[in-house]
Amino acid sequence: MNTLSSIPIHYYLIFCSLLFSIGVIGVLIKRNALVILMSIELMINSINLLLAAFSAYNNDPSGQIFVFFIMVVAAAEVAIGLAIVVLIYRTTHSIDINVLNKLKW
Amino acid sequence: MFTQYIFHFLSIMALFSAVMVLASKKPIHSVLFLTLAFFAIAGHYVLLNAQFLAVVHVIVYAGAIMVLFLFTVMLLNLNKDERSPKPMWVNFIAFVAGGMLMLTLIGIFRGYDIKAAHDPMISQIGLVKNLGKILYHDYLIPFELSSVLFLTAMVGAVLLGKKEQI
Repeated sequence: MNTLSSIPIHYYLIFCSLLFSIGVIGVLIKRNALVILMSIELMINSINLLLAAFSAYNNDPSGQIFVFFIMVVAAAEVAIGLAIVVLIYRTTHSIDINVLNKLKW
Repeated sequence: MFTQYIFHFLSIMALFSAVMVLASKKPIHSVLFLTLAFFAIAGHYVLLNAQFLAVVHVIVYAGAIMVLFLFTVMLLNLNKDERSPKPMWVNFIAFVAGGMLMLTLIGIFRGYDIKAAHDPMISQIGLVKNLGKILYHDYLIPFELSSVLFLTAMVGAVLLGKKEQI
């Protein structure tokens, strides 16, 4: 079982590109603020996986430390983001981002 | 060969779950499919022999973040359809833009084939012992600062979630 010969690094590149693009499409087409947060999580995960893959293939542990810090920041971001979503729901009784257009004009 | 089968299985599972996150109407189904995608990505970490990251990923994402999402969906009673779907042409333009981004990324990375210097199954860098030594030796200051970040995030979340007016 030799991973070096069986999984080239560009498999990870293409897989992570697909996952990132799905996250971008989700941010663009969805109106539910929760699903937009989930799409952002998908994008963060694809970047994390790619960073870990390059770290493992180059035998450099710093990449995996960076992935750990990105996870730390993502956890804090989700906590704050969901608190803001709860606050939006409390003031507008909806989490449709279409109602958040008071600053638009 | 066996590793390659596992890689393809996990990739297809993650991509299917990611598509189903967007395709499902109810937010709670999206959350559950997102959990499935996170487990598939944890499997990818195990495949890369990054065991520390796999465990942290399962604890942080499938544990903490998914519980936060589920509690938000259940407490706010959001388990219904979206109220105002976007017009069709907006969705079409969004799909075209996302597809262009996907094609661009794949076109960039298609010709990129470095010879990997090391075999991830043999290298031991992803183990807890090595990463712990590096984390507490070279990255000690960022590690301590991340605890301050967590404290700030906790205070901010509590302040935002309070009932009375600030």
